[in-house]
Amino acid sequence: MVNGLLDRAGVDAVLNDLDEYAIEEALRIVEPLNEGLETPQHTITLISMGPDRATEALRKGLSMGADDAILISDPSLAGSDALATSKVLAEVIKSGGFDLVFCGTESTDARMSVIPAMLAERLGWAQLSFAGSVTVDPASSRVEIARMTDAGVETMSANFPAVVSVIEKINEPRYPSFKGIMAAKKKPIETKTVGDLGLSDVGLASAWSVVDDATARPPRAKGIKVEDAGDGGTKLVEFLAEKRLV
Amino acid sequence: MSSVLILVDYADGKVAKTAGELATLAKRVGSVSALLLCKAGESGPLIEQLKSAPIDSVIVGESDLFATHGIAALAEVTANVMSEKSPQALLISSSARGKEIAARVAVRTNSGLITDAIDFSNSMIATQSVFGGSFTVHSRVSHGTPIVTVRPSAVEAEAVTSSPSVENISISLSPTSQLTTITSVQPAVKGGRPELTEAKIVVSGGRGTNGDFAPIEAFADSLGGAVGASRAATDAGWYPHTHQVGQTGKTVSPQLYIACGISGAIQHRAGMQTSKTIVAINKDPEAPIFDLADFGVVGDLFAVVPQAQAAVAAKKQS
Ligand SMILES: Cc1cc2nc3c(=O)[nH]c(=O)nc-3n(C[C@H](O)[C@H](O)[C@H](O)COP(=O)(O)OP(=O)(O)OC[C@H]3O[C@@H](n4cnc5c(N)ncnc54)[C@H](O)[C@@H]3O)c2cc1C
Ligand SMILES: Nc1ncnc2c1ncn2[C@@H]1O[C@H](COP(=O)(O)O)[C@@H](O)[C@H]1O
Repeated sequence: MVNGLLDRAGVDAVLNDLDEYAIEEALRIVEPLNEGLETPQHTITLISMGPDRATEALRKGLSMGADDAILISDPSLAGSDALATSKVLAEVIKSGGFDLVFCGTESTDARMSVIPAMLAERLGWAQLSFAGSVTVDPASSRVEIARMTDAGVETMSANFPAVVSVIEKINEPRYPSFKGIMAAKKKPIETKTVGDLGLSDVGLASAWSVVDDATARPPRAKGIKVEDAGDGGTKLVEFLAEKRLV
Repeated sequence: MSSVLILVDYADGKVAKTAGELATLAKRVGSVSALLLCKAGESGPLIEQLKSAPIDSVIVGESDLFATHGIAALAEVTANVMSEKSPQALLISSSARGKEIAARVAVRTNSGLITDAIDFSNSMIATQSVFGGSFTVHSRVSHGTPIVTVRPSAVEAEAVTSSPSVENISISLSPTSQLTTITSVQPAVKGGRPELTEAKIVVSGGRGTNGDFAPIEAFADSLGGAVGASRAATDAGWYPHTHQVGQTGKTVSPQLYIACGISGAIQHRAGMQTSKTIVAINKDPEAPIFDLADFGVVGDLFAVVPQAQAAVAAKKQS
């Protein structure tokens, strides 16, 4: 943490694990539809907001099979919160003529799980989030999901365009093949700035919330460790009783 | 007079425990208005239950459209109530649904959003525990009306008797809040055990159970606790994935967390390391879970767990 901002400079700009499931699901939907066609009718565009280093992550998605990518990179976006991020992403999506947007359910660092809902709200599109399965019917422009959360399973559907977020149980993301990696090198990544999108009020200066302070949690005090000599369970309960937990 | 709006969560005709928790936090700032959005004819018993929380007024919106259109519908109505009542803040429970409603309301009202708070002060500073509990962060909303989602069980609900005023609002929705249609609902099967994220005690099993969760369940029952599982156990189909604790599962912060046959991978720790007391049972003395444990037993869970369960049962008898 630096100045209440997450210092991401020290970490590799890897593809968010959970986004791989979204890319995989999109591929699984699009591939059969393109099967046997001379020129693919259905394409997948990756969209990311991040510093230039994020191209590495996009390259991985392209090597999995996506067609092209758009990166919104602009120093003024550093420190963007979810509201700002969703605003930028929505602006890009609006201009793209997409039917469906697939997202992971959350980032593995900030973990808010709110971007898909914010995107749906900003775009005025249907929200189909926490999908454990997705069925798309291009003929009727309809998409149906099984929403899987603590509350249970809900079946829900909507017409295109829709924002779909997928949970990590939905599929097993593929490893890029050698052919895929080679092909990805030639696939286009378009870079845009905030100015290109015609936005101004995003980034840290206009963030909707501020961090006052962040403190590292003190390490846990060293505990007691016993070897089970036939009385491990009893000792455990003695400890719990001492702590008034039983 | 300043007031804070809370969104009431309920299931099967029962108001969630979180309503009392949210009301307790909201009361620090001002009077408490509870927004209850439910099916036509459902509100009566729910309002009754709200009388055991510090709530000054209940705003009731009854409509079958909530069940059909879900989050977008709930968000639109909540945002409209916000605009009309101009509360100081909106508090919502940090469930998947609660966070998504909060997200949409934040966009609609152009307000800042803080998720997964574990505390909320009278000056509206939210406390969060981030990166799997390794950092404590204080933050506040700097734009619009603060919208904060609060983790279940983060605070103790104040038990009171209140007699809130009740106001009914009529519900109408814009077409964009009706784009998604919910066609069927299978509620999660609730056993007799407490809700994982609300439980004071959680007993979890991992790959070490080898698929046999019977001793874990029996131990949890003797302690009145909930059952959790590592991803290895849920992936193997040994336990429902709704019970997974960790980065891609639930975040729990009980008084007592007991990890049985769980190695303590970073992704598992992310979901449980803020537990007040941690106990681990693992046959590998080098298992990383022992670094976190206040009490660790190096041994076979199939010997240690049943013995511990018997000892708890014996204590209850005496
Ligand atoms: C993106 C991502 C997200 C993830 N999210 C999560 C998550 O949310 N939650 C989660 O838990 N994991 C998650 N994981 C997986 C995580 O990395 C570990 O693989 C997982 O937690 C291991 O589960 P385990 O501890 O049960 O199994 P193992 O690591 O195999 O450990 C089993 C332990 O049981 C012990 N044992 C075996 N037999 C006995 C016995 N008879 N008595 C006592 N001890 C015994 C062994 O010594 C060992 O330490 C995630 C991974 C990724 C990549
Ligand atoms: N130069 C940049 N261009 C575009 N987005 C960025 C840039 N720097 C950071 N971000 C994004 O802004 C958000 C907040 O990042 P940070 O400032 O690292 O906390 C993240 O989604 C980053 O990917």
